[in-house]
Amino acid sequence: MTPSSAGANRVAGKGNVARTVSFTFDGRRLTALEGDTLASALLANGIHLMGRSFKYHRPRGLISAGPEEPNALFGIARDATRTQPNVRASVQEVFDGMEVTSQNRYPSLAFDVGMVNDWMGRFIPAGFYYKTFMWPAFAWKKLYEPFVREAAGLGHAPKEADPDRYANRFAHCDVLVIGAGPAGLAAALGAARAGKKVILADENASMGGSLLASSDAMVDGTPGRDWAATTVAELASLDNVTLLTRTTGFGYYAQNMVALAERITDHLAKPDPDSPRERLWQVRAQHVVLATGAIERQLVFADNDRPGIMLASAARMFLNHYGVTPGAKAGVYTACDSAWAAAFDLKRVGVEIVAIVDCRKDVPSELLSRAAELDIPVKTGHAVTKTSGRLRVKSMTVEPLNGTSAKKFEIDCLLMSGGWTPSVHLFSQSRGKLAYDGDNGRFVPSLSEQELTCAGACNGAKTLAAALSEGFAAVGADAPDSEETASMEGFLVGAAKGAGPHDFVKAFIDYQNDVTAKDIRLAVREGFQSIEHVKRYTTTGMATDQGKMSNMHGLAIAAAELGKDIPEVGLTTFRPPYTPVTFGAIVNHARGDLFDVTRRTATHEWAEAHGAVFEDVGQWKRVWYFPREGEDMHAAVNRECRTTRQIAGIFDGSTLGKIEVIGPDAVKFMNLMYTNPWDKLDVGRCRYGIMCREDGFIYDDGVVGRLAEDRFHVTTTTGGAPRVLNMMEDYLQTEFPDWKVWLTSTSEQWAVIAVQGPKAREIIEPLVGGIDLDAMPHMSIREGRFCGVPTRLMRVSFTGELGYEINVPADYGRAVWEEVWARGEPLGMARYGTESMHVMRAEKGFIIVGQDTDGTVTPDDAGVGWAVGKKKTDFVGIGGMKRPDLVAAGRRQLVGLKTKDPKIVLEEGAQIVTDPYQPIPMKMIGFVTSSYWSENCGHSIALALIEDGRAKMGETLHVPMADSTIAVEVTGTIFYDPEGKRIDA
Amino acid sequence: MPDSVMIERIHPLLDRAFATAGLSLAPCGEAERISLRADAETASAIGVMLGLELPKRPKTSASASGLAALWLGPDEWLLIGELGSDLAGRLARVENGTFSAVDISHRNTAILVSGPKAADTLNSGCPQDLSLAAFPVGAASRTLLAKSEIVLLREAENSFRVECWRSFSDYVWKYLVDAAKSA
Repeated sequence: MTPSSAGANRVAGKGNVARTVSFTFDGRRLTALEGDTLASALLANGIHLMGRSFKYHRPRGLISAGPEEPNALFGIARDATRTQPNVRASVQEVFDGMEVTSQNRYPSLAFDVGMVNDWMGRFIPAGFYYKTFMWPAFAWKKLYEPFVREAAGLGHAPKEADPDRYANRFAHCDVLVIGAGPAGLAAALGAARAGKKVILADENASMGGSLLASSDAMVDGTPGRDWAATTVAELASLDNVTLLTRTTGFGYYAQNMVALAERITDHLAKPDPDSPRERLWQVRAQHVVLATGAIERQLVFADNDRPGIMLASAARMFLNHYGVTPGAKAGVYTACDSAWAAAFDLKRVGVEIVAIVDCRKDVPSELLSRAAELDIPVKTGHAVTKTSGRLRVKSMTVEPLNGTSAKKFEIDCLLMSGGWTPSVHLFSQSRGKLAYDGDNGRFVPSLSEQELTCAGACNGAKTLAAALSEGFAAVGADAPDSEETASMEGFLVGAAKGAGPHDFVKAFIDYQNDVTAKDIRLAVREGFQSIEHVKRYTTTGMATDQGKMSNMHGLAIAAAELGKDIPEVGLTTFRPPYTPVTFGAIVNHARGDLFDVTRRTATHEWAEAHGAVFEDVGQWKRVWYFPREGEDMHAAVNRECRTTRQIAGIFDGSTLGKIEVIGPDAVKFMNLMYTNPWDKLDVGRCRYGIMCREDGFIYDDGVVGRLAEDRFHVTTTTGGAPRVLNMMEDYLQTEFPDWKVWLTSTSEQWAVIAVQGPKAREIIEPLVGGIDLDAMPHMSIREGRFCGVPTRLMRVSFTGELGYEINVPADYGRAVWEEVWARGEPLGMARYGTESMHVMRAEKGFIIVGQDTDGTVTPDDAGVGWAVGKKKTDFVGIGGMKRPDLVAAGRRQLVGLKTKDPKIVLEEGAQIVTDPYQPIPMKMIGFVTSSYWSENCGHSIALALIEDGRAKMGETLHVPMADSTIAVEVTGTIFYDPEGKRIDA
Repeated sequence: MPDSVMIERIHPLLDRAFATAGLSLAPCGEAERISLRADAETASAIGVMLGLELPKRPKTSASASGLAALWLGPDEWLLIGELGSDLAGRLARVENGTFSAVDISHRNTAILVSGPKAADTLNSGCPQDLSLAAFPVGAASRTLLAKSEIVLLREAENSFRVECWRSFSDYVWKYLVDAAKSA
């Protein structure tokens, strides 16, 4: 194919020969070559106008060929649901059918009404928002914020759920190399040949880095580009090497954990629907080689942002790697040698170079003679002080540094270089210390805190030879010979001529956030002295590009204005991610079903088939209630509670935490962990236990059964299971490591089927084997058989009824449940869920830890002080309980409440006052912790924590609500069967 | 209790199967499992009774006919035996020493992850180095698969047994399926 079919600005013999692909740009169909970035494709088609700036809406073109691109951001769509805003044209590869939409403009890119902000620019200085939208206060919310939000922002986020899949991979290696330019390839090759396990990651589609942009680099006697290709091929052939292209190292964490984002399908026209779009790599490396290169800076001069003005290195990359020229008539404005090489390369393919303007007086003689050979006019000691052109640069005005004799040149593109900023982002994230290199106007890596080496341009290497030698040296290998014209010698940070404190011009330092040199100076004059404050006030370095090009300029200008040296002003902190990372990559597999663990008990499917409504209790799905046809929750719960007390009910208690405590010191350990005494608990008996923290507040509770002298079956609350085991292990391992006692979680070993109610025994009796139920009093435990399978049968009750909890190995849980149901259903037994469980326990005044307690409630406050062993000399919390404020009068105590109107059910959490007519704010003396309609009592019931509650029995208190005040009577906590006769019914 | 009632044991991963290029998942059959805690002297006696030496180093396991012992901690092992190996009965016959043996046959279930992509699939959620050098055949470790605790045993170069608690098995299974598709 001929180059011109994919754009007029293609150069024969440069770039890849590849298939053409077709895409649309704001609805216009364009052709590109496979392998093009969107940036090279648009440039090939002569398009420089690529965006509008954030604040002033100035027309903007492409600046760079890399991840630092601040201007050329687009919305990219594959289909209706796959759209992404703020995609950098210099990073996104084109694919057939790609839809590209420009951003931040209305109605079109070429005519944008927001441009009015540019003409009003002098009224929108730094900190404008802080100063302007202050009064009147109401206007911020109603007027200013909606307006600012509409006018600001870049692209639009998609509204539909992301249809793509994302993946994660943990990996380990001996050497992780970030960046596959000359230094990175060298390090990877050296390490791979030494047999190390190597991962090499590069953010671009092709490995080679600056070698791809070079026309004359030679390595080991072959052209640099070929050396890169040969090296990549050798690495790819080795089993101990993983090569990752399109993969950005974006975060450097502790102990050499580096996060990489691999973009797998964004460049493909028709990705495999099963393939993940991106993969997050979490790599743990013995050694890391950072070969992240350097980023070229612009020069800060008046109107340095017109479309067609770009970095010289970008022009060279577009020419030598993509075969695209930025224009036909170029100006070059530089403070650095490397831009000269760009001028030479462009000249050789026929682009007119109207002048190389170098603000340095002294330039290496080789460059001058090469320019002379190529017939390129040179103006050293000069500066570009002005440009013209609305939607594309048309001219540059050149002045001597010491003088005013301006000369205007017609151009259609302007290539600039203010020198190179080493990419120390990852090094800095690794907690490495930077040093200021004043001779070169840059920060370079200094002391490392982790096992890493910086190599190449990110470490300050200015030449290919230095980069290669550092890369090989990083892994203890020797570099081959190399040579190249371009070096990174020369720089200018801060404002160039014509953009000084007395020039009223827009000389941009941060393109994306529209921050100019004078904005920085204004911030300093208004009192912001720290670079961190200047950054936040002016927003420099805060956009999606995070100031990759602007930080050094901002710093230099602030330092000049403050009259300080750059290191004294400091450097803003580098934080992950290096470039934007999708939420998809970070979330990866944790979506939908995999968002979190969903735990189900053995009877879940049975309950589902029988119409259960579930509630989430931590990660568990628990049956909330079992509605019958036509029943709402209220009716179902009333029926479940009534039937359980009249006949029987069956309930799945499997989620309760269970811990087996075994060993000769088991009882000693139980005495330590629980407030209760355990020495006298007989084998085969159960006891309700309370566990406190050291502060004396209730931590958990549960029934404990003694299976043998040295073996306890401990139960905990559902939510408390992991933390109770943790706390027990903590004491055992850190305080009493010599005690002979071991803890094992058996929460999931046992399915627990609770059968409660007057007919409970009648229902289970025929299913029990090897256990004498007559010899099983309330609060006892036996081992035997149930339906023929092993059981731990407990006679316990959380309802106040005669009740059993049948523990069977969990895989049998479903079948045993069905057997019990088959026995109980003909007798009228109800199946019930957590709501009825809550109601019935509240009818009996049984507390629920976490509902009737909140971490500030002692056993005495909760009315279970009887469970604290009075004669015990030690247990967790014994000291805490004696603190003055825990024994003082006036503590909130758990009591019952009855509403004067029995039909009113209080709201849980409602506050309680003595006198409802007192002025607001009223004195709150407590609050409602549990509240239900009790069908069995025929009135509402509630539990509440009230100051000196037990001394207020019979008193009337008040619960003020939004629309009324509810009168309540303070009662005891037991509403049903206060004598407790039913337990032995 | 009438012995005529047949109580069915229902596997938490009943009827699950998954295979893709380079990877298959299958629920492991029911097994006897004991969480064993013992001091060093008792551990030797238990080893004699079980016919294997309990492993003493982290990330290792030992196996004998129909039985594997996985090191989980300085005094902790997971014993996995074929049904009928009567682990509990054999341990009950250990006379001297103090130890804790708790039946967790139903607490855990297991998934066999096998195929050339097994390590990559597991590494989608497991942060451990699963290279053969760092995690050879026979290596075992209590570790994580994303949000679930697992015990991992490498049974062969391309075959891993993933033990987890029964209510986590649905999550672990689905995670491995999602990971396998992306590995």
